[in-house]
Amino acid sequence: MHLTQGTFSYLPPLSDEQIRAQVDYALEHGWPVAIEYTDDPHPRNVYWNMWETPMFEARDAAAVMLELERCRKANPGIYVRLSAFDRSKGRQTTALSFIVDRPAEEPGFGLERTDFADRQIKYTLRPYATNSPAGRRYSHGD
Amino acid sequence: MATEEPRSYNGVGESKPGLDAAVREILARLDTELVGLKPVKTRIREIAALLVIDRMRREEGLIAESPSLHMCFTGNPGTGKTTVAMRMAEILRRLGYSRKGHLVTVTRDDLVGQYVGHTAPKTREVLKRAMGGVLFIDEAYYLYRPENERDYGQEAIEIMLQIMENNREDLVVILAGYKDRMDRFFQGNPGMKSRITHHIDFPDYTAGELMEIAKLMLAQQDYRLSPEGENALGQYIARRMAQPNFANARSIRNALERARLRQAARLLASSERPLTRDALMTLEAEEIMASRVMDESKTKTAEHD
Amino acid sequence: MVIKNGAQDQAHSRWASGVMPYREMGYWKPDYEPKESDVLCAFRITPQPGVEPEEAAAAVAGESSTATWTVVWTDRLTSYEDYQAKAYRVEPVPGAPDQYIAYIAYDLDLFEEGSIANLASSIIGNVFGFKALKALRLEDMRIPPHYVKTFQGPAHGIVVERELLNKYGRPLLGATVKPKLGLSARNYGRVVYEALQGGLDFVKDDENTNSQPFMRWRDRYLFCMEAVNKAMAETGEIKGHYLNVTAASMEEIYERAELAKELGSVIVMIDLTIGFSAMQSMARWARKNGVLLHLHRAGHGTYTRQKSHGVSFRVLAKWCRLIGVDHLHAGTVVGKLEGDPSNVSGYYDTLRLNRVKADLGRGLYFDQDWSSMPGVMPVASGGIHAAQTHLLLHYLGEDAIFQFGGGTIGHSMGIAAGATANRVAVEALIQARNEGRDFLREGPEILERTARWCRPLREALELWRDVTFDYASTDTPDVVMTPSF
Repeated sequence: MHLTQGTFSYLPPLSDEQIRAQVDYALEHGWPVAIEYTDDPHPRNVYWNMWETPMFEARDAAAVMLELERCRKANPGIYVRLSAFDRSKGRQTTALSFIVDRPAEEPGFGLERTDFADRQIKYTLRPYATNSPAGRRYSHGD
Repeated sequence: MATEEPRSYNGVGESKPGLDAAVREILARLDTELVGLKPVKTRIREIAALLVIDRMRREEGLIAESPSLHMCFTGNPGTGKTTVAMRMAEILRRLGYSRKGHLVTVTRDDLVGQYVGHTAPKTREVLKRAMGGVLFIDEAYYLYRPENERDYGQEAIEIMLQIMENNREDLVVILAGYKDRMDRFFQGNPGMKSRITHHIDFPDYTAGELMEIAKLMLAQQDYRLSPEGENALGQYIARRMAQPNFANARSIRNALERARLRQAARLLASSERPLTRDALMTLEAEEIMASRVMDESKTKTAEHD
Repeated sequence: MVIKNGAQDQAHSRWASGVMPYREMGYWKPDYEPKESDVLCAFRITPQPGVEPEEAAAAVAGESSTATWTVVWTDRLTSYEDYQAKAYRVEPVPGAPDQYIAYIAYDLDLFEEGSIANLASSIIGNVFGFKALKALRLEDMRIPPHYVKTFQGPAHGIVVERELLNKYGRPLLGATVKPKLGLSARNYGRVVYEALQGGLDFVKDDENTNSQPFMRWRDRYLFCMEAVNKAMAETGEIKGHYLNVTAASMEEIYERAELAKELGSVIVMIDLTIGFSAMQSMARWARKNGVLLHLHRAGHGTYTRQKSHGVSFRVLAKWCRLIGVDHLHAGTVVGKLEGDPSNVSGYYDTLRLNRVKADLGRGLYFDQDWSSMPGVMPVASGGIHAAQTHLLLHYLGEDAIFQFGGGTIGHSMGIAAGATANRVAVEALIQARNEGRDFLREGPEILERTARWCRPLREALELWRDVTFDYASTDTPDVVMTPSF
């Protein structure tokens, strides 16, 4: 299974050079970039763990790459994404968000169907990864 | 896209034909804006030339190692180190060796923390701000305090060394400070010493150069000296240079600030009206002579201008 | 009170029984300065031969506000100077000798707060059948902030939609199920599943997909939600299907919407044909229930398309933003349906921006301030395909939904492959744009290069590369911007 969240999930994995280019684009627009990581890929898992705070002071992509490297080292084999935030009035939301690291193997999601009245079905989506406790969800994690 | 040629991150500077002209222009500005500093200008010119040729060699496919551009500017206060660092940042940007070309100026307090675990985040924060530009560390020798074994300055130095080595294309570090103290700093930090390629010494200004600087500063603010005023300032400079805490151009700037105050007071007090454009622009000898520096009885102890 | 003779005469003649020109009744006020709170309209008028343009403009002002065909003394029981609409400017249309643009100001008190039905009845209620005019078209309206603030506005708007869906930095992708009529519910759901699993964000019912003998609405909802949830499980991404809740009565519309919500659908859809008030009811429902509201502008072409008569789509777009839909079809520029590029770009700005500057080159007659009302996501749909992605991105931007219906389902390798081709094309172009490439000029080349590693895209390009719909638009701005030297 291949998790397709994020702006660029149908392209081949981005190289560092390509990640830098996207970060440059964000910084040129005045959007600070934040790094987040998680081992729970549920599509409604909104709040991934933040790697420090968004880099409001960074002028150049090299600063973001520096932190990304540290985050990768500290969190190998799980999901890492970069998000750029647009604080302008009327937006005040994420402007760009893409996955830069993912587990080597993504076990995917189980879909549980619960029968309900009149042929209705209630659906529950559960990532197989979350069968294990946090921190031990992907074999590459330890 | 994976199949596209990677975008070049070094190719951000001027194109080859514009290169010469761009650097020439900055060097010319350096000449006109900065008085004296002959040896400094010569060194900058050499570095710029090397970088231009490196770029051209690279474009021709010749071997051109990515040069280490970290520098050390030594000299007394007020000898133009910060100004030259700003010009250097611009030169590096125009030549494509610095993507953003901004100058982040810090001292020990910005880099070193007060307790365990405090220093690394502080240093990294500064480095991240400076990425893509030039980090100017003033009075850099304070980072190293051999008398204190548990000094956190060493931690900041270690982190910087790593970035200076691994991120040569992302960051240029300029250390600055008194020559003798920087020499001692390097003795205690051979790692730092080996990563600084360019050492530039900023000599003190001569009395003549200081006068020229004073005139330049005044002209930029639409002021000038009367002939008597100029004579007085000459005497002032000679005395001030012999006193302690002399800070070259900075001392001159301060002296002129105070002279402006005195001129304003004199003009307001005078009965002459209307005040002519000429009067508004001119600093007279009395504005200079009123300085404590010119007071014979206090010459020995005067620590202020 | 002493009334001077002249004034008395004038007053007398204004109120004498009988028929008198509208402009003498106070509907033509060339020196009137519109107030900040006035509703302003720009009408394209084509007077009957022999009717002066100023009189025609005054007649439009009169008939769309207080006047009737003859003098009535009961006007004198009102503060009529305030309630009379005022035609304050008439300008000839370049290149169309019988046409004029009449600017008319309406006092805010003429309109009920927060009611598009009332606004429409006032402005386009009677006047369009008026005999003294050969043709009449409402080109644009300036809705003052005072009036904007009486409307709910989009149930969610662009920002909230993106946060609900967790999708940023690229246009969203959709497709309308085809054939739009005749599929059984089970087969219909198959199309939904394939398209979503292949990479689309949304699939859509068509405007006339309601509840017919071959597929009743409830069955469609159940099968579609199975498809949506299965696709979500296989991609880990939030997916939606616009379940059309259009029905014959408000009770049935609510019933359908309630079930869609209970089944967990993130979005429902209505047709323009249900009427303005029903749309406003659904906008309220959608906000209350946290379900996005998609509007299909079914039927608008009957009155928006002809340049000389009807209502411009940009007016309808403004009304829909006030009504409070989250999605509105607003043209594709390059597809099979009407849409001049300049006009379409004006519609998109009208739906998305907070302040829109007057720009006659794009058919925008007035500055419009939306007072922070959230934006509507414009939908581009109708005869578009992956090979046009760079054009769509250039003309329509990132905050839009590209709906490739035939362009997904007609793919030679199947529906999922069609969806993948579209998604890859969009992501590759966004990536190139962000890298600073001239994606409009280099678009075809970027797509071809991407297609080297993406077979579905390669097949899509081979199939549709040369398909274009190049017809002259019927509705174009009067002013054509030419470079000045």
